[in-house]
Amino acid sequence: MSHGLNKYFGKAWMLAVYMFLYLPIVTLVIYSFNDSKLVTVWSHASLRWYSALAADADLISAVWLSLKIAFVSALMSVFFGTFVAFALNRYKRFVGRTFLSSMANMPLVMPEVIVGLALLLMLVSVQHWLGFPERGLFTILLGHALLGTAYAAVVVTSRLKEMDGRLDEAAMDLGSKPWQVFTLVTFPLLVPALVSAFLLTFTLSFDDVVLSAFLSGPGYNTMPMVIFSRARLGLNPTINAVATVTITVVTIAVIASSFYTSHVERKRKREMALAYSDAIR
Amino acid sequence: MAQSKNTFLNFFSGRKLIIGVPYVWFISLAAIPLLIVLKISLSTMETASVSNMVDWSKGWPSLTLNFSSYQFIASDALYVKTYLSSIKYALITTIICLAIGYPFAYFMARAPKHIQPTLLMLIMLPFWTSFLLRIYAWKTLLVNNGIINNALISLGVMSEPIAMMNTPFSLTIGMVYSYLPFMILPLYANLSKLDIRYLEAAADLGTSPLKTFWLVTVPLSKAGIIAGSMLVFIPSIGEYVIPELLGGSNTLMIGRVLWDEFFSNNDWPMASAVAIVMILLILVPMALLNKYQSDQASDKAGA
Repeated sequence: MSHGLNKYFGKAWMLAVYMFLYLPIVTLVIYSFNDSKLVTVWSHASLRWYSALAADADLISAVWLSLKIAFVSALMSVFFGTFVAFALNRYKRFVGRTFLSSMANMPLVMPEVIVGLALLLMLVSVQHWLGFPERGLFTILLGHALLGTAYAAVVVTSRLKEMDGRLDEAAMDLGSKPWQVFTLVTFPLLVPALVSAFLLTFTLSFDDVVLSAFLSGPGYNTMPMVIFSRARLGLNPTINAVATVTITVVTIAVIASSFYTSHVERKRKREMALAYSDAIR
Repeated sequence: MAQSKNTFLNFFSGRKLIIGVPYVWFISLAAIPLLIVLKISLSTMETASVSNMVDWSKGWPSLTLNFSSYQFIASDALYVKTYLSSIKYALITTIICLAIGYPFAYFMARAPKHIQPTLLMLIMLPFWTSFLLRIYAWKTLLVNNGIINNALISLGVMSEPIAMMNTPFSLTIGMVYSYLPFMILPLYANLSKLDIRYLEAAADLGTSPLKTFWLVTVPLSKAGIIAGSMLVFIPSIGEYVIPELLGGSNTLMIGRVLWDEFFSNNDWPMASAVAIVMILLILVPMALLNKYQSDQASDKAGA
Protein backbone atom coordinates (compact mmCIF):
# COMPACT_ATOMS: atom_id res chain seq x y z
CA MET A 1 0.00 0.00 0.00
CA SER A 2 1.10 3.57 -0.60
CA HIS A 3 1.43 4.11 3.12
CA GLY A 4 3.03 7.54 3.13
CA LEU A 5 0.39 9.39 1.13
CA ASN A 6 -2.41 7.47 2.81
CA LYS A 7 -1.10 8.43 6.23
CA TYR A 8 -0.94 12.17 5.51
CA PHE A 9 -4.31 12.15 3.80
CA GLY A 10 -5.82 10.29 6.74
CA LYS A 11 -4.42 12.75 9.26
CA ALA A 12 -5.60 15.74 7.24
CA TRP A 13 -9.07 14.23 6.86
CA MET A 14 -9.41 13.55 10.57
CA LEU A 15 -8.14 17.00 11.48
CA ALA A 16 -10.67 18.61 9.12
CA VAL A 17 -13.54 16.64 10.62
CA TYR A 18 -12.49 17.53 14.16
CA MET A 19 -12.28 21.19 13.15
CA PHE A 20 -15.77 20.99 11.65
CA LEU A 21 -17.06 19.45 14.90
CA TYR A 22 -15.37 21.92 17.22
CA LEU A 23 -15.54 25.17 15.23
CA PRO A 24 -19.08 26.11 16.40
CA ILE A 25 -18.30 25.22 20.01
CA VAL A 26 -15.10 27.25 20.05
CA THR A 27 -16.69 30.33 18.48
CA LEU A 28 -19.61 30.05 20.90
CA VAL A 29 -17.19 30.16 23.83
CA ILE A 30 -14.98 32.94 22.40
CA TYR A 31 -17.87 35.23 21.58
CA SER A 32 -19.38 34.78 25.04
CA PHE A 33 -16.55 37.06 26.22
CA ASN A 34 -17.37 39.68 23.60
CA ASP A 35 -18.44 43.07 24.90
CA SER A 36 -20.49 44.04 21.83
CA LYS A 37 -24.28 43.81 21.79
CA LEU A 38 -23.92 42.26 18.35
CA VAL A 39 -23.15 38.61 18.93
CA THR A 40 -21.05 38.25 15.81
CA VAL A 41 -18.97 41.44 15.84
CA TRP A 42 -15.97 41.37 18.13
CA SER A 43 -15.31 44.56 20.10
CA HIS A 44 -13.26 43.68 23.19
CA ALA A 45 -13.21 41.10 25.93
CA SER A 46 -15.53 41.45 28.90
CA LEU A 47 -17.68 39.45 31.27
CA ARG A 48 -20.68 41.63 30.49
CA TRP A 49 -22.89 38.74 29.33
CA TYR A 50 -22.03 36.67 32.36
CA SER A 51 -23.34 39.38 34.65
CA ALA A 52 -26.38 39.67 32.37
CA LEU A 53 -26.80 35.92 32.79
CA ALA A 54 -26.52 36.17 36.58
CA ALA A 55 -29.32 38.77 36.56
CA ASP A 56 -31.54 36.78 34.18
CA ALA A 57 -34.16 35.37 36.58
CA ASP A 58 -36.13 33.56 33.85
CA LEU A 59 -33.12 31.72 32.57
CA ILE A 60 -31.82 30.84 36.02
CA SER A 61 -35.11 29.38 37.22
CA ALA A 62 -35.25 27.46 33.92
CA VAL A 63 -31.77 26.07 34.60
CA TRP A 64 -32.84 24.87 38.06
CA LEU A 65 -35.94 23.22 36.65
CA SER A 66 -33.86 21.51 33.97
CA LEU A 67 -31.33 20.27 36.54
CA LYS A 68 -34.11 18.83 38.71
CA ILE A 69 -35.78 17.12 35.77
CA ALA A 70 -32.47 15.83 34.42
CA PHE A 71 -31.46 14.37 37.80
CA VAL A 72 -34.72 12.53 38.49
CA SER A 73 -35.32 11.39 34.91
CA ALA A 74 -31.73 10.10 34.66
CA LEU A 75 -32.27 8.02 37.81
CA MET A 76 -35.51 6.66 36.33
CA SER A 77 -33.81 5.97 33.00
CA VAL A 78 -30.97 4.02 34.59
CA PHE A 79 -33.43 2.03 36.73
CA PHE A 80 -35.68 0.99 33.83
CA GLY A 81 -32.82 0.75 31.33
CA THR A 82 -31.09 -1.78 33.58
CA PHE A 83 -34.26 -3.87 33.64
CA VAL A 84 -34.45 -3.77 29.84
CA ALA A 85 -30.79 -4.75 29.51
CA PHE A 86 -31.18 -7.67 31.95
CA ALA A 87 -34.41 -8.88 30.36
CA LEU A 88 -32.92 -8.90 26.86
CA ASN A 89 -29.54 -10.30 27.90
CA ARG A 90 -30.43 -12.90 30.49
CA TYR A 91 -33.45 -14.32 28.77
CA LYS A 92 -32.97 -15.17 25.14
CA ARG A 93 -36.41 -16.66 24.68
CA PHE A 94 -39.66 -15.30 25.99
CA VAL A 95 -42.97 -14.34 24.48
CA GLY A 96 -42.73 -10.88 22.93
CA ARG A 97 -38.95 -10.55 23.17
CA THR A 98 -38.77 -9.04 19.68
CA PHE A 99 -41.61 -6.72 20.61
CA LEU A 100 -39.78 -5.58 23.73
CA SER A 101 -36.49 -5.03 21.93
CA SER A 102 -38.09 -3.03 19.13
CA MET A 103 -40.07 -0.97 21.65
CA ALA A 104 -36.78 -0.32 23.47
CA ASN A 105 -35.09 0.72 20.21
CA MET A 106 -37.97 2.88 19.06
CA PRO A 107 -37.22 6.06 21.06
CA LEU A 108 -33.59 6.00 19.83
CA VAL A 109 -34.49 6.71 16.23
CA MET A 110 -38.15 7.75 16.14
CA PRO A 111 -38.39 11.48 15.35
CA GLU A 112 -38.94 13.30 18.62
CA VAL A 113 -42.03 15.14 17.38
CA ILE A 114 -43.81 11.78 17.04
CA VAL A 115 -42.74 10.55 20.48
CA GLY A 116 -43.83 13.87 21.99
CA LEU A 117 -47.19 13.88 20.24
CA ALA A 118 -47.91 10.26 21.16
CA LEU A 119 -47.00 10.72 24.82
CA LEU A 120 -49.01 13.90 25.10
CA LEU A 121 -52.16 12.35 23.59
CA MET A 122 -51.80 9.39 25.96
CA LEU A 123 -51.32 11.63 29.02
CA VAL A 124 -54.29 13.78 28.03
CA SER A 125 -56.44 10.64 27.87
CA VAL A 126 -55.19 9.44 31.24
CA GLN A 127 -55.87 12.86 32.71
CA HIS A 128 -59.36 12.76 31.28
CA TRP A 129 -60.13 9.41 32.90
CA LEU A 130 -58.30 9.77 36.21
CA GLY A 131 -58.07 13.54 36.73
CA PHE A 132 -54.26 13.48 36.76
CA PRO A 133 -51.44 14.00 35.86
CA GLU A 134 -51.55 17.72 35.30
CA ARG A 135 -49.16 18.76 32.51
CA GLY A 136 -45.92 19.96 34.06
CA LEU A 137 -42.96 18.56 35.91
CA PHE A 138 -44.21 14.97 36.14
CA THR A 139 -45.19 14.65 32.49
CA ILE A 140 -41.82 16.04 31.32
CA LEU A 141 -40.11 13.55 33.65
CA LEU A 142 -41.99 10.65 32.08
CA GLY A 143 -41.08 11.74 28.56
CA HIS A 144 -37.40 12.19 29.34
CA ALA A 145 -37.32 8.91 31.25
CA LEU A 146 -38.82 7.07 28.26
CA LEU A 147 -36.14 8.48 25.96
CA GLY A 148 -33.41 7.92 28.56
CA THR A 149 -34.43 4.31 29.23
CA ALA A 150 -33.63 3.42 25.64
CA TYR A 151 -30.16 4.99 25.84
CA ALA A 152 -29.41 3.59 29.31
CA ALA A 153 -30.40 0.13 28.06
CA VAL A 154 -27.82 0.40 25.24
CA VAL A 155 -25.03 1.39 27.66
CA VAL A 156 -25.85 -1.29 30.25
CA THR A 157 -26.33 -3.96 27.56
CA SER A 158 -22.89 -3.40 26.09
CA ARG A 159 -21.41 -3.75 29.58
CA LEU A 160 -23.40 -6.91 30.34
CA LYS A 161 -22.20 -8.46 27.09
CA GLU A 162 -18.54 -8.04 27.87
CA MET A 163 -18.90 -9.10 31.51
CA ASP A 164 -17.39 -12.37 32.58
CA GLY A 165 -20.33 -14.72 33.15
CA ARG A 166 -18.04 -17.10 35.02
CA LEU A 167 -17.97 -14.75 38.02
CA ASP A 168 -21.74 -15.12 38.48
CA GLU A 169 -21.46 -18.87 38.06
CA ALA A 170 -18.61 -19.07 40.55
CA ALA A 171 -20.63 -17.13 43.12
CA MET A 172 -23.58 -19.44 42.60
CA ASP A 173 -21.37 -22.51 42.87
CA LEU A 174 -20.14 -21.16 46.19
CA GLY A 175 -23.74 -21.11 47.40
CA SER A 176 -24.79 -17.48 46.88
CA LYS A 177 -28.48 -16.85 46.43
CA PRO A 178 -29.49 -15.11 43.20
CA TRP A 179 -30.02 -11.76 44.94
CA GLN A 180 -26.63 -12.11 46.62
CA VAL A 181 -25.05 -12.75 43.23
CA PHE A 182 -26.68 -9.57 42.02
CA THR A 183 -25.79 -7.32 44.95
CA LEU A 184 -22.29 -8.71 45.60
CA VAL A 185 -21.04 -9.59 42.10
CA THR A 186 -23.11 -8.29 39.19
CA PHE A 187 -24.03 -4.88 40.56
CA PRO A 188 -20.50 -3.79 41.60
CA LEU A 189 -19.23 -4.80 38.17
CA LEU A 190 -22.01 -2.78 36.55
CA VAL A 191 -21.38 0.44 38.49
CA PRO A 192 -19.16 2.14 35.86
CA ALA A 193 -21.78 1.43 33.18
CA LEU A 194 -24.53 2.75 35.44
CA VAL A 195 -22.54 5.93 36.05
CA SER A 196 -22.01 6.58 32.36
CA ALA A 197 -25.65 5.72 31.61
CA PHE A 198 -26.67 8.24 34.27
CA LEU A 199 -24.44 10.95 32.79
CA LEU A 200 -25.64 10.28 29.25
CA THR A 201 -29.34 10.33 30.14
CA PHE A 202 -28.80 13.37 32.37
CA THR A 203 -27.33 15.34 29.46
CA LEU A 204 -30.04 14.08 27.08
CA SER A 205 -32.73 15.36 29.42
CA PHE A 206 -30.87 18.59 30.11
CA ASP A 207 -30.70 19.20 26.35
CA ASP A 208 -34.17 18.14 25.24
CA VAL A 209 -36.46 20.76 23.77
CA VAL A 210 -39.05 18.91 21.65
CA LEU A 211 -40.41 16.44 24.24
CA SER A 212 -40.44 19.20 26.89
CA ALA A 213 -42.39 21.53 24.62
CA PHE A 214 -45.07 18.88 24.05
CA LEU A 215 -45.27 17.72 27.66
CA SER A 216 -44.84 20.85 29.76
CA GLY A 217 -47.64 22.95 31.12
CA PRO A 218 -47.90 26.65 31.90
CA GLY A 219 -45.13 27.85 34.19
CA TYR A 220 -42.80 24.97 33.42
CA ASN A 221 -40.12 26.27 31.08
CA THR A 222 -36.96 24.23 30.93
CA MET A 223 -33.63 25.80 30.00
CA PRO A 224 -33.65 24.45 26.41
CA MET A 225 -37.21 25.75 25.97
CA VAL A 226 -36.12 29.26 27.01
CA ILE A 227 -32.99 29.12 24.83
CA PHE A 228 -34.96 27.80 21.87
CA SER A 229 -37.60 30.50 22.05
CA ARG A 230 -34.87 33.18 22.25
CA ALA A 231 -32.79 31.64 19.47
CA ARG A 232 -35.87 31.57 17.26
CA LEU A 233 -36.17 35.34 17.60
CA GLY A 234 -32.53 36.04 16.87
CA LEU A 235 -29.05 36.01 18.32
CA ASN A 236 -28.60 36.72 21.98
CA PRO A 237 -25.19 37.00 23.73
CA THR A 238 -26.62 35.66 27.01
CA ILE A 239 -27.10 32.33 25.22
CA ASN A 240 -23.36 32.31 24.49
CA ALA A 241 -22.63 32.83 28.18
CA VAL A 242 -24.98 30.08 29.34
CA ALA A 243 -23.55 27.82 26.61
CA THR A 244 -20.00 28.39 27.84
CA VAL A 245 -20.99 27.52 31.39
CA THR A 246 -22.75 24.29 30.34
CA ILE A 247 -19.96 23.27 27.98
CA THR A 248 -17.37 23.74 30.73
CA VAL A 249 -19.36 21.72 33.26
CA VAL A 250 -20.13 18.91 30.79
CA THR A 251 -16.53 18.67 29.56
CA ILE A 252 -15.22 18.39 33.11
CA ALA A 253 -17.88 15.79 33.99
CA VAL A 254 -17.17 13.67 30.92
CA ILE A 255 -13.41 13.72 31.38
CA ALA A 256 -13.73 13.03 35.12
CA SER A 257 -16.09 10.13 34.52
CA SER A 258 -13.83 8.59 31.90
CA PHE A 259 -10.90 8.80 34.35
CA TYR A 260 -13.12 7.27 37.03
CA THR A 261 -14.20 4.42 34.73
CA SER A 262 -10.67 3.56 33.66
CA HIS A 263 -9.52 3.78 37.29
CA VAL A 264 -12.23 1.35 38.44
CA GLU A 265 -11.42 -0.93 35.54
CA ARG A 266 -7.69 -1.01 36.36
CA LYS A 267 -8.42 -1.62 40.03
CA ARG A 268 -10.74 -4.51 39.22
CA LYS A 269 -8.20 -6.07 36.86
CA ARG A 270 -5.48 -5.77 39.52
CA GLU A 271 -7.71 -7.39 42.14
CA MET A 272 -8.69 -10.17 39.78
CA ALA A 273 -5.07 -10.82 38.88
CA LEU A 274 -4.27 -11.00 42.60
CA ALA A 275 -7.16 -13.34 43.23
CA TYR A 276 -6.10 -15.63 40.40
CA SER A 277 -2.48 -15.68 41.53
CA ASP A 278 -3.65 -16.56 45.08
CA ALA A 279 -5.78 -19.32 43.68
CA ILE A 280 -2.88 -20.76 41.69
CA ARG A 281 -0.56 -20.65 44.68
CA MET B 1 -33.98 -21.31 46.09
CA ALA B 2 -37.15 -23.20 46.84
CA GLN B 3 -37.09 -22.70 50.59
CA SER B 4 -37.11 -18.91 50.33
CA LYS B 5 -39.60 -18.73 47.51
CA ASN B 6 -41.75 -16.15 49.23
CA THR B 7 -39.12 -13.59 50.11
CA PHE B 8 -39.33 -10.32 48.34
CA LEU B 9 -35.69 -10.38 47.30
CA ASN B 10 -36.04 -13.70 45.62
CA PHE B 11 -38.95 -12.31 43.72
CA PHE B 12 -36.74 -9.37 42.77
CA SER B 13 -34.27 -11.61 41.03
CA GLY B 14 -37.14 -13.44 39.39
CA ARG B 15 -37.57 -13.76 35.68
CA LYS B 16 -41.15 -12.51 35.77
CA LEU B 17 -40.20 -9.22 37.37
CA ILE B 18 -37.16 -8.59 35.20
CA ILE B 19 -39.19 -9.08 32.04
CA GLY B 20 -42.39 -7.62 33.44
CA VAL B 21 -41.12 -4.19 34.48
CA PRO B 22 -39.75 -3.07 31.08
CA TYR B 23 -42.78 -4.63 29.43
CA VAL B 24 -45.24 -2.52 31.42
CA TRP B 25 -43.01 0.56 31.00
CA PHE B 26 -42.86 0.37 27.21
CA ILE B 27 -46.43 -0.77 26.67
CA SER B 28 -47.79 2.17 28.64
CA LEU B 29 -45.35 4.79 27.33
CA ALA B 30 -44.71 3.63 23.77
CA ALA B 31 -47.20 1.08 22.42
CA ILE B 32 -50.44 2.55 23.81
CA PRO B 33 -49.50 6.15 22.93
CA LEU B 34 -48.82 5.14 19.33
CA LEU B 35 -52.19 3.36 19.15
CA ILE B 36 -53.86 6.52 20.45
CA VAL B 37 -52.15 8.53 17.70
CA LEU B 38 -53.49 6.03 15.17
CA LYS B 39 -56.99 6.32 16.61
CA ILE B 40 -56.99 10.13 16.70
CA SER B 41 -55.66 10.27 13.14
CA LEU B 42 -58.83 8.43 12.12
CA SER B 43 -61.23 10.91 13.68
CA THR B 44 -62.39 14.38 12.73
CA MET B 45 -61.71 17.64 14.57
CA GLU B 46 -65.17 17.49 16.19
CA THR B 47 -64.94 13.90 17.40
CA ALA B 48 -61.24 13.94 18.23
CA SER B 49 -61.63 14.14 21.94
CA VAL B 50 -60.17 11.65 24.33
CA SER B 51 -63.54 11.21 26.03
CA ASN B 52 -65.08 9.33 23.14
CA MET B 53 -62.07 7.27 22.22
CA VAL B 54 -64.38 4.28 22.02
CA ASP B 55 -68.03 4.69 21.13
CA TRP B 56 -70.36 2.90 23.59
CA SER B 57 -73.63 4.33 22.27
CA LYS B 58 -74.70 1.04 20.70
CA GLY B 59 -74.13 -0.84 23.93
CA TRP B 60 -70.89 -2.39 22.75
CA PRO B 61 -67.52 -0.80 22.03
CA SER B 62 -67.23 0.34 18.43
CA LEU B 63 -64.86 2.58 16.53
CA THR B 64 -65.89 5.07 13.92
CA LEU B 65 -63.11 5.49 11.42
CA ASN B 66 -62.77 8.63 9.42
CA PHE B 67 -60.10 8.94 6.76
CA SER B 68 -60.59 12.62 6.01
CA SER B 69 -57.19 13.65 7.40
CA TYR B 70 -55.43 11.12 5.20
CA GLN B 71 -57.48 12.17 2.19
CA PHE B 72 -56.48 15.73 2.86
CA ILE B 73 -52.79 14.83 3.08
CA ALA B 74 -52.98 12.87 -0.18
CA SER B 75 -54.87 15.56 -2.06
CA ASP B 76 -52.99 18.61 -0.84
CA ALA B 77 -49.90 19.20 -2.96
CA LEU B 78 -48.07 20.96 -0.14
CA TYR B 79 -48.13 17.91 2.17
CA VAL B 80 -46.87 15.60 -0.58
CA LYS B 81 -44.19 18.13 -1.49
CA THR B 82 -43.15 18.45 2.16
CA TYR B 83 -42.83 14.69 2.61
CA LEU B 84 -40.73 14.45 -0.55
CA SER B 85 -38.61 17.38 0.54
CA SER B 86 -38.04 15.80 3.98
CA ILE B 87 -36.92 12.57 2.31
CA LYS B 88 -34.65 14.57 0.02
CA TYR B 89 -32.92 16.42 2.87
CA ALA B 90 -32.65 13.22 4.93
CA LEU B 91 -31.04 11.47 1.93
CA ILE B 92 -28.61 14.31 1.26
CA THR B 93 -27.67 14.39 4.96
CA THR B 94 -27.11 10.62 5.00
CA ILE B 95 -24.96 10.66 1.85
CA ILE B 96 -22.76 13.54 3.04
CA CYS B 97 -22.41 11.96 6.50
CA LEU B 98 -21.34 8.69 4.86
CA ALA B 99 -18.89 10.48 2.55
CA ILE B 100 -17.27 12.31 5.48
CA GLY B 101 -17.74 9.63 8.12
CA TYR B 102 -16.57 6.52 6.28
CA PRO B 103 -13.01 7.70 5.56
CA PHE B 104 -12.89 9.15 9.06
CA ALA B 105 -13.93 5.88 10.72
CA TYR B 106 -11.53 3.99 8.45
CA PHE B 107 -8.55 6.16 9.40
CA MET B 108 -9.56 6.12 13.05
CA ALA B 109 -9.66 2.32 13.06
CA ARG B 110 -6.14 2.31 11.50
CA ALA B 111 -4.72 4.85 13.98
CA PRO B 112 -2.32 3.58 16.68
CA LYS B 113 -4.27 1.52 19.20
CA HIS B 114 -3.31 3.62 22.21
CA ILE B 115 -4.70 6.90 20.81
CA GLN B 116 -7.98 5.40 19.57
CA PRO B 117 -9.86 5.90 22.89
CA THR B 118 -8.90 9.60 22.82
CA LEU B 119 -9.97 9.97 19.19
CA LEU B 120 -13.26 8.31 20.06
CA MET B 121 -13.81 10.57 23.04
CA LEU B 122 -13.19 13.63 20.87
CA ILE B 123 -16.01 12.44 18.60
CA MET B 124 -18.29 11.83 21.57
CA LEU B 125 -17.58 15.10 23.37
CA PRO B 126 -19.55 17.44 21.06
CA PHE B 127 -22.32 14.86 21.21
CA TRP B 128 -22.41 15.36 25.00
CA THR B 129 -22.54 19.15 24.79
CA SER B 130 -25.95 20.56 24.08
CA PHE B 131 -27.29 19.88 20.61
CA LEU B 132 -29.48 22.98 20.78
CA LEU B 133 -26.55 25.25 21.66
CA ARG B 134 -24.44 23.84 18.82
CA ILE B 135 -27.23 24.56 16.34
CA TYR B 136 -27.48 28.08 17.76
CA ALA B 137 -23.71 28.37 17.26
CA TRP B 138 -24.13 27.65 13.54
CA LYS B 139 -26.62 30.47 13.40
CA THR B 140 -24.00 32.90 14.73
CA LEU B 141 -21.57 31.58 12.12
CA LEU B 142 -23.86 31.66 9.10
CA VAL B 143 -26.00 34.79 9.32
CA ASN B 144 -25.35 37.67 6.92
CA ASN B 145 -23.41 39.69 9.47
CA GLY B 146 -22.22 36.44 11.02
CA ILE B 147 -18.73 35.28 11.90
CA ILE B 148 -17.95 33.55 8.57
CA ASN B 149 -19.16 36.42 6.40
CA ASN B 150 -17.40 39.01 8.58
CA ALA B 151 -14.16 37.05 8.44
CA LEU B 152 -14.29 36.65 4.66
CA ILE B 153 -15.08 40.33 4.13
CA SER B 154 -12.33 41.54 6.46
CA LEU B 155 -9.88 39.23 4.67
CA GLY B 156 -10.91 40.89 1.43
CA VAL B 157 -12.15 37.65 -0.16
CA MET B 158 -15.39 39.41 -1.02
CA SER B 159 -17.17 42.67 -0.39
CA GLU B 160 -20.77 41.56 0.00
CA PRO B 161 -21.92 38.90 2.49
CA ILE B 162 -23.13 35.60 1.01
CA ALA B 163 -26.66 34.68 2.09
CA MET B 164 -26.09 31.33 3.77
CA MET B 165 -28.70 31.38 6.54
CA ASN B 166 -32.25 30.15 5.95
CA THR B 167 -31.22 28.24 2.84
CA PRO B 168 -31.00 24.54 2.01
CA PHE B 169 -27.24 25.00 2.58
CA SER B 170 -27.57 26.08 6.22
CA LEU B 171 -30.14 23.35 6.88
CA THR B 172 -27.87 20.68 5.40
CA ILE B 173 -24.82 21.89 7.36
CA GLY B 174 -26.80 21.78 10.60
CA MET B 175 -28.13 18.29 9.90
CA VAL B 176 -24.77 16.85 8.81
CA TYR B 177 -23.11 18.44 11.81
CA SER B 178 -25.63 17.02 14.28
CA TYR B 179 -25.84 13.51 12.87
CA LEU B 180 -22.22 12.86 11.85
CA PRO B 181 -21.28 11.11 15.14
CA PHE B 182 -24.21 8.70 14.66
CA MET B 183 -22.62 7.67 11.34
CA ILE B 184 -19.04 7.49 12.61
CA LEU B 185 -19.65 5.40 15.74
CA PRO B 186 -21.21 2.27 14.16
CA LEU B 187 -18.77 2.47 11.23
CA TYR B 188 -15.82 2.65 13.59
CA ALA B 189 -17.20 -0.23 15.68
CA ASN B 190 -17.39 -2.27 12.50
CA LEU B 191 -14.11 -1.24 10.84
CA SER B 192 -12.02 -1.66 13.99
CA LYS B 193 -13.02 -5.34 14.07
CA LEU B 194 -12.10 -5.87 10.43
CA ASP B 195 -9.58 -8.68 10.11
CA ILE B 196 -6.43 -7.09 8.68
CA ARG B 197 -5.38 -10.48 7.24
CA TYR B 198 -8.06 -10.22 4.54
CA LEU B 199 -6.41 -7.00 3.33
CA GLU B 200 -2.96 -8.57 3.51
CA ALA B 201 -4.20 -11.59 1.56
CA ALA B 202 -5.62 -9.31 -1.12
CA ALA B 203 -2.33 -7.36 -1.27
CA ASP B 204 -0.33 -10.61 -1.46
CA LEU B 205 -2.46 -11.69 -4.39
CA GLY B 206 -1.50 -8.47 -6.16
CA THR B 207 -4.73 -6.50 -5.75
CA SER B 208 -4.27 -2.74 -5.84
CA PRO B 209 -5.10 -0.86 -2.61
CA LEU B 210 -8.05 0.90 -4.21
CA LYS B 211 -9.46 -2.35 -5.55
CA THR B 212 -8.94 -4.03 -2.16
CA PHE B 213 -10.86 -1.20 -0.57
CA TRP B 214 -13.85 -1.60 -2.89
CA LEU B 215 -13.83 -5.38 -3.09
CA VAL B 216 -12.89 -6.31 0.49
CA THR B 217 -13.20 -3.48 3.00
CA VAL B 218 -16.47 -1.95 1.83
CA PRO B 219 -18.43 -5.23 1.54
CA LEU B 220 -17.14 -6.38 4.94
CA SER B 221 -18.34 -3.16 6.55
CA LYS B 222 -21.80 -3.34 4.99
CA ALA B 223 -23.51 -3.83 8.37
CA GLY B 224 -21.84 -0.69 9.72
CA ILE B 225 -22.72 1.32 6.62
CA ILE B 226 -26.39 0.37 6.82
CA ALA B 227 -26.67 0.82 10.59
CA GLY B 228 -24.98 4.24 10.44
CA SER B 229 -27.02 5.39 7.45
CA MET B 230 -30.29 4.41 9.08
CA LEU B 231 -29.30 6.08 12.37
CA VAL B 232 -28.84 9.29 10.38
CA PHE B 233 -31.70 8.92 7.90
CA ILE B 234 -34.57 8.01 10.25
CA PRO B 235 -34.36 10.88 12.75
CA SER B 236 -33.44 13.34 9.96
CA ILE B 237 -36.82 12.85 8.29
CA GLY B 238 -38.73 14.16 11.28
CA GLU B 239 -36.18 16.74 12.43
CA TYR B 240 -37.82 19.85 13.89
CA VAL B 241 -35.28 21.99 15.75
CA ILE B 242 -32.67 22.28 12.97
CA PRO B 243 -35.07 23.39 10.20
CA GLU B 244 -36.77 25.75 12.65
CA LEU B 245 -33.50 27.46 13.62
CA LEU B 246 -31.44 27.16 10.43
CA GLY B 247 -33.81 26.29 7.59
CA GLY B 248 -35.96 29.39 7.27
CA SER B 249 -39.43 29.33 5.82
CA ASN B 250 -38.47 28.05 2.36
CA THR B 251 -37.12 24.67 3.37
CA LEU B 252 -40.04 22.30 3.78
CA MET B 253 -39.70 19.69 6.52
CA ILE B 254 -42.53 17.47 7.74
CA GLY B 255 -41.53 17.72 11.42
CA ARG B 256 -42.37 21.41 11.34
CA VAL B 257 -45.73 20.70 9.67
CA LEU B 258 -46.64 18.29 12.48
CA TRP B 259 -45.59 20.88 15.07
CA ASP B 260 -47.65 23.63 13.44
CA GLU B 261 -50.72 21.43 13.00
CA PHE B 262 -50.56 20.64 16.69
CA PHE B 263 -49.45 23.90 18.29
CA SER B 264 -50.75 26.56 15.89
CA ASN B 265 -53.84 24.95 14.38
CA ASN B 266 -54.73 22.73 17.36
CA ASP B 267 -55.70 20.14 14.77
CA TRP B 268 -54.99 16.88 16.58
CA PRO B 269 -56.33 14.55 13.87
CA MET B 270 -54.16 16.21 11.19
CA ALA B 271 -51.06 16.17 13.43
CA SER B 272 -51.69 12.48 14.17
CA ALA B 273 -52.24 11.60 10.52
CA VAL B 274 -49.02 13.43 9.56
CA ALA B 275 -47.24 11.38 12.26
CA ILE B 276 -48.70 8.07 11.08
CA VAL B 277 -47.65 8.70 7.46
CA MET B 278 -44.18 9.60 8.73
CA ILE B 279 -44.05 6.33 10.69
CA LEU B 280 -45.02 4.41 7.55
CA LEU B 281 -42.15 6.11 5.69
CA ILE B 282 -39.59 5.04 8.28
CA LEU B 283 -40.85 1.48 8.81
CA VAL B 284 -38.61 -0.03 6.12
CA PRO B 285 -35.48 1.85 7.28
CA MET B 286 -36.32 0.83 10.88
CA ALA B 287 -36.57 -2.84 9.89
CA LEU B 288 -33.22 -2.55 8.07
CA LEU B 289 -31.66 -0.98 11.15
CA ASN B 290 -32.98 -3.69 13.47
CA LYS B 291 -31.69 -6.41 11.15
CA TYR B 292 -28.21 -5.00 10.75
CA GLN B 293 -27.86 -3.99 14.38
CA SER B 294 -28.63 -7.52 15.48
CA ASP B 295 -26.20 -8.80 12.81
CA GLN B 296 -23.48 -6.62 14.29
CA ALA B 297 -24.39 -7.80 17.76
CA SER B 298 -24.14 -11.46 16.77
CA ASP B 299 -20.82 -10.75 15.00
CA LYS B 300 -19.57 -9.41 18.30
CA ALA B 301 -20.83 -12.43 20.18
CA GLY B 302 -19.16 -14.72 17.65
CA ALA B 303 -15.81 -12.95 17.79
